[in-house]
Amino acid sequence: MSESTTRIHARPTASGWLQAWLPRLVLAPSVAVSLFFVYGFMLWTFVLSLTSSRMLPSYDFVGFGQYARLMANERWWVASTNLMLFGVLFIVICLVIGALLAILLDQKIRQEGALRTIYLYPMALSFIVTGVVWKWLLNPQLGIQAMVQSWGFESFRFDWIVNPDMAIYTLVIAAVWQASGFVMALFLAGLRGIDDSIVKAAQLDGASLPRIYWRVVMPCLRPVVFSAVMILAHIAIKSFDLVVALTGGGPGYATDLPATFMYTHAFNRAQIGLGSASAMLMLGGVLAILIPYLYSELRSRKHG
Amino acid sequence: MPTINMSVVDLSTFKKSALALALAAGTSMVASTTHANEVEVLHWWTSGGEARAANVLKDLMEAEGYGWQDFAVAGGGGETAMTVLKSRAMSGNPPSAAQIKGPEIQEWGELGLLGDLDDVATAEGWNDLLPESVADIMRYDSHYVAVPANVHRVNWLWANPEVLEAAGVEMPTTLEELFTAGEAIREAGFVPLAHGGQAWQDATVFESVVLGSQGAEFYQQALVELDPEALGGEQMIAALEDFKRLRELMDEGMSGRDWNIATAMVIEGVAGFQLMGDWAKGEFTAAGLTAGEDYLCAAAPGTEDAFTFNIDSLAMFRVTDDAERDAQQTLARLVLEPTFQEAFNLAKGSIPARPDLDMSEFDSCAQQSLADFQRTADEGGLVPSMAHGMAVRADVQGAIFDVVTNYFNDTTMPADEAAQRLVSAAETASF
Repeated sequence: MSESTTRIHARPTASGWLQAWLPRLVLAPSVAVSLFFVYGFMLWTFVLSLTSSRMLPSYDFVGFGQYARLMANERWWVASTNLMLFGVLFIVICLVIGALLAILLDQKIRQEGALRTIYLYPMALSFIVTGVVWKWLLNPQLGIQAMVQSWGFESFRFDWIVNPDMAIYTLVIAAVWQASGFVMALFLAGLRGIDDSIVKAAQLDGASLPRIYWRVVMPCLRPVVFSAVMILAHIAIKSFDLVVALTGGGPGYATDLPATFMYTHAFNRAQIGLGSASAMLMLGGVLAILIPYLYSELRSRKHG
Repeated sequence: MPTINMSVVDLSTFKKSALALALAAGTSMVASTTHANEVEVLHWWTSGGEARAANVLKDLMEAEGYGWQDFAVAGGGGETAMTVLKSRAMSGNPPSAAQIKGPEIQEWGELGLLGDLDDVATAEGWNDLLPESVADIMRYDSHYVAVPANVHRVNWLWANPEVLEAAGVEMPTTLEELFTAGEAIREAGFVPLAHGGQAWQDATVFESVVLGSQGAEFYQQALVELDPEALGGEQMIAALEDFKRLRELMDEGMSGRDWNIATAMVIEGVAGFQLMGDWAKGEFTAAGLTAGEDYLCAAAPGTEDAFTFNIDSLAMFRVTDDAERDAQQTLARLVLEPTFQEAFNLAKGSIPARPDLDMSEFDSCAQQSLADFQRTADEGGLVPSMAHGMAVRADVQGAIFDVVTNYFNDTTMPADEAAQRLVSAAETASF
C-alpha cells in the first residue's frame, strides 16, 4: 500500500515539477529586479535620509536630524502647503469638470467620437508641453492679458504667473486643462456601464433628470470616482515636470512642490541626506492615500 | 531554412545585447577604459564657441602625443555634468580630469579623490603666474589640485547706446545714477533694466548691488566669510533696500525668463541695461555687434574698483598609473599655456587666468576686464562670486538664493527681516 502511494505520488512530481515551477522561474528575474530596483532603492533612500550625506552618499548616521532640519526649513513648508492647495484644487476641479463633460457627452449626441477625442487630446501631451504652452499664454506681456488689453480693456489684469501669491493657481489651471479630459473618459466608461433599467425605473417613479444623476447614477459611479482620485492624487504628488516647465518654481520659490524641492536639494545643492528625507516624506504621503484605498478595496471584495 | 537561420541570428544578437546590458549595469555604466597615455575630460563646454575652444585643448594634447577622450555633458550650469561625475566617482571610476570649480574643489579634495599637480606647478611657476586669490581656489590642503581655464567677471552692466541716446542719459557709474537713468529710459518708452526672474539671476544682480552699495570689504565679510554681524547688519539692510528698488526698473514679464532672452532685449533695443556676467558678450558677438559701438559695457554701478570673479577650472582626479599621471600633468601644463588661454577665452568671452598675456586680439570689454582684474588683484577689490558658486558651498549658496529670491519677489517682506533670514540661512544650511 505504502509503496504504491509513493510511486503514484512520485510520478506526477517528476514531470509536474517543471510545470509547477516554470512560471515562477520565468517570473523570478523580474521579481528580483523590481525588489532590488524599487524596494531596495526605497530602503537605501531611507538609510541615506538618516545620514549626513552631502555631495556623495556617506554613512555617517545622524539619526532623524535631517527630518528635523526639513521641518525647520521654510521652503519645505511652502512646498508642502503648495502641494495641499494644488492637490485638493486639482482633484476636485478635475472631478467636477470631468463628470460634467461625461454627463453632457452621454446624452446620445451627434459627433460624440470627435468631441471625445477633442476633450481627451490634452492628455496625449506631456506636462512639459502643457507647461510651456501655458507659460506663454499666462505671460502678462504676450498672452491672455496682452490680448484682452489690446481689445481695449486697458485695465484688465491677469498676471497670476508673476504674482507670488497667485502663481500656484496657474499650476492648477494648466494641470486641470491637461487631466480633466481623462477623468471624463473614466466617467463616460462608468456611465456606459450602468444598467439602463435602473434609470428607467427612476424615471417611472417621476424623478427629474438632475435628481436621477445625483441620487442614482453618481452612487453607481463610486468605484470610478475612487480610481480617478487615486490617479489624480499620485499625479499631484509627483508633479515635477509641470512646475519646471511652467514656472520653474518661481516667482522666488512660490510654486515649489515637494518633488522639485527634493530634486533641487539632492542633486543641485549637495544635500543628499536632506533630499532623501523629503523623498521619504513624499513616499509617506503616497502611502497615506494608498493604504486606506487598498484596505477598502480588499475588504469590499471579501464581502462582495 | 532561412527562417531558422533568422531566429538563430536574432537569438544570438539578443544574447549579446542582454549581456551588454548586464555588463553595463554591473559595472555602473563604465563607458570605456582609459588607455595609459590618455586623458578623459568631463566638461560642459558644449555650446558652439565653447566646444571649439575645448577642441583647441584636444589638438594641443594630441600634438604632444597624448590621447584625448572627450566626455562632454550638455547642460548650461553643469548640474547634469556634476550628477554624471558623482555617479562615476561613486562607482570608483572617475575621469582623469573634470570641470569642477570654486569651493567644490575643496569638497572633492576632502573626499580624497583629487591628485596633486605640485610638480607641474613648481616647474611652471604657477605661484608667480597666478594671482594669490585665484591660486588659493586651485589648492586643496596647500597642494595644487586644479588648473584655471579662464576668469569671468560677473559685475558687468551692459547697455544699448541707442536707447541711452533716445532717453538722453549716460552710462551710470553709481546706483543713484542708475535709478535716475532708469526713470528717464522708462519715460522714453523702454524697459530700463532687462532681467530674468530666476533664482541665480536674482542672486547675480543682488551680489552686484551689495558690492556697488557697500564695497568689496563688506562683500567679503558678508557673502564670503558669512559673518553674521555683516549679514544681518545695517549695511546689508541698506544693500537689500537698493536691491529691491531695482525691481521698479524691470518689466513684469521677467518671471522665469532666461538670461539670454533678457540680453536679446538689450540687443533689440527693447531695454536699456542688463546686469549680467561677461558670458552675455557671447550673445552680443553672435548678433554681430561690436563692443564699444553697438553695445556698451561698464562695471556694475558703484563697482569699478571691484571685480567679482567666476573661474572655470579643471580638477585632476587621483590616478595610479604613471603614464596616465604623466598625461594628466601635461594637460594641466597646457591649460595654463598662452596658446590655449588665448584661443579659449577669445571664444568664451572671458579673460585669461594668467594676467601676463598679450591682449591685443581681445575686444575693449575684455581688455578693460583684464586691466581691472590686475588692478583689483593688487588693491584688494577682487572677490569671488557668490551667485556662481565661487564663494560658499552649494548648500549655503542654495539657502542664500532662497532668501534673496523670496525677498525680491515678495512685496511685503521688509529688508531687516530678509537680513535676519540671511543670517539663519548661513547658519542652518550646513549640517
